[in-house]
Amino acid sequence: MSSTHAPTRTPLVEMRDIHVSFGGLRAVDGVTIDLFPGEVVAVVGGNGAGKSTLVHTLAGAHPADSGQILVNGQPVTIANPRDARTHGVEVIYQRLALADNIDAAANVFLGRELRTRSGALDDSAMASATRDVMKRLNPRFKNLSTAVRSLSGGQRQSVAIARAVHFNAKILIMDEPTAALGPAETEQVRELIEQLKSEGIGIFLISHDIHDVFDLADRISVMMQGRLVGTVEKNKVTKDEVLAMIIMGQKPTSAS
Amino acid sequence: MVAALVVIWVGFHFLSDGAFLTSRNLWNLSVQSASIAIMATGMVLIIVSRNIDLSVGSLLGFLGYVMAVAQARWIPERLGLGFDQPYTWAIALAIGIVLGAAIGAVQGAVVAYGGVPAFIVTLGGFLVWRGLIFRMGEQGKTISPLDTNFQLLGGGPNGSLGESRSWILAIIGCIGAVASVWLARRRRQRYELGVRPLPFDIGFAVIACVVIILSVWLIAIGYQSPISGLPTGVANPVVILIIVTVVVTYLARRRRFGRYVYAIGGNPEAAELGGINTRRTIMMTFVLMGVLCAVAGAVQTARLNAAVTNLGIQNELDVISAAVIGGTSFAGGIGTISGAVLGAVVMQSLRSGMVLLRIDSPSQDIVVGIVLVTAVSIDSALRLNRRRTAMISLAVGLVLAAFIIQTGRQ
Repeated sequence: MSSTHAPTRTPLVEMRDIHVSFGGLRAVDGVTIDLFPGEVVAVVGGNGAGKSTLVHTLAGAHPADSGQILVNGQPVTIANPRDARTHGVEVIYQRLALADNIDAAANVFLGRELRTRSGALDDSAMASATRDVMKRLNPRFKNLSTAVRSLSGGQRQSVAIARAVHFNAKILIMDEPTAALGPAETEQVRELIEQLKSEGIGIFLISHDIHDVFDLADRISVMMQGRLVGTVEKNKVTKDEVLAMIIMGQKPTSAS
Repeated sequence: MVAALVVIWVGFHFLSDGAFLTSRNLWNLSVQSASIAIMATGMVLIIVSRNIDLSVGSLLGFLGYVMAVAQARWIPERLGLGFDQPYTWAIALAIGIVLGAAIGAVQGAVVAYGGVPAFIVTLGGFLVWRGLIFRMGEQGKTISPLDTNFQLLGGGPNGSLGESRSWILAIIGCIGAVASVWLARRRRQRYELGVRPLPFDIGFAVIACVVIILSVWLIAIGYQSPISGLPTGVANPVVILIIVTVVVTYLARRRRFGRYVYAIGGNPEAAELGGINTRRTIMMTFVLMGVLCAVAGAVQTARLNAAVTNLGIQNELDVISAAVIGGTSFAGGIGTISGAVLGAVVMQSLRSGMVLLRIDSPSQDIVVGIVLVTAVSIDSALRLNRRRTAMISLAVGLVLAAFIIQTGRQ
């Protein structure tokens, strides 16, 4: 499965034999996936396949019942979002997870505010840093000090991405990053993913959209009913084969 | 908000044949608003984080009673230290504040960690703290008189700053206003962020200074004490309110605590995913509320020179109304401290104006109720940009209130 990677390379992330249950429901049932630096791994599957649940355990949104997570080959414990951040994991959630009533800079730094020597919030420093990261992501973004409720979908997306980028994510989780966006904004997100890849960041991409997946991903992990159907190299499969994996849980014969 | 206050003031001034906008009336208004306004600053943060505190009136009564018993029984009699020691007032106040913080922590912990809705927890507190007054060993007797120094917290002819210290307060206020505008401007310039045009900032600072100086001059200095004939100066409860407002505004706008309170109110899930300790933050809003109840309780008992069992009854409704009239939204995430203080002044202005017009107390309640609903419906209509609905609300509210006032005059 990782035949194109030299055996000496250590994966950025390995999630081994992860189990997550909600009540009696086995949302994730013994799944193992990995991610290398500068690589995009798409995690796909139908509704309720467990793809979000699996990846969100890496983000600390909810803990795994059992299984092991390794970052750079070292076993780590991720019990909450703060743990995830200390290991360089940043998440862009589908519903963006922004507080609508506060401004862009306050959202970018939410939970990690810059402070002055007296311990007060340093809003000017945060606004300045946000402006700098926005220059890279979305040069037209100017509304640093209005509540994000009044921003467009694409601008809100920029804020969510800025949050991940500013803190030098090593591992980025994108949950349906283009679901709420128009074509031009989707194109921006694609360019951004290419740029982040070139900087050596590993990206888990959760998506419904098979076109997005084929455009952006290097490898594709397919899940069905909480189990991993298989992980395939994008270049060795067709869209129809991936669809067959998603819908029928059928692993293609051509790809390993 | 300020416009509404001006309309109310001018309206009552004419209706009462010039009795409203006098130094004496406005000075009394400032003292009467203080205790509700002090608590309203804390209530804003509780409502902003999507909770409610119904226990503040009972808690104020209980803490006021405890502080009174501490200074009139425990310290002088049980400990045998005698009456009117110079430290008595400080110890009594400290007991109230620490107890208030502890009770707030208990209520807040049940809400935040126990997962019980704040409405239920504080409804329980509403009953418990009032009932506990009668279990203090005094069977609910009125505790009076209080320590002479403690009484100064409540205002009155002696409990005010006097002329020269009032001017010092005004100068400090002006320096503070100018400094905050200037420092904010300099901070933004250092990071090359856009700043407002210089005349705008200067104008703002000048207006702030003029308002401060005029109100101290016309109200606090203008009101001559009926006993000594000298200018009374700013009353101590108002000084306490100013300090509380500055401190709570600083907590709300410049500290992480306040940022988290607003973030939780805007999107609790986002706050949680942002790594914020949301439970601790919620608990701390109730701790702050408990402390403010103790401060307001000290002001009210000191003003009465007595602790009575019905102290603070219905105050929870006044405090919540003040916050809501001041623009705090029950949907969470929206509300300002200064707005709530203004809201308390608006409520007290209505009551005091209606007293001048000799309107009976039940009619006063009806008017305050109408104003509360009208204010919130205008606010929500304007948020949705429905100007016509806002105008209709305003017209209906005004007509109803005018009708009740006109028919309620005795």
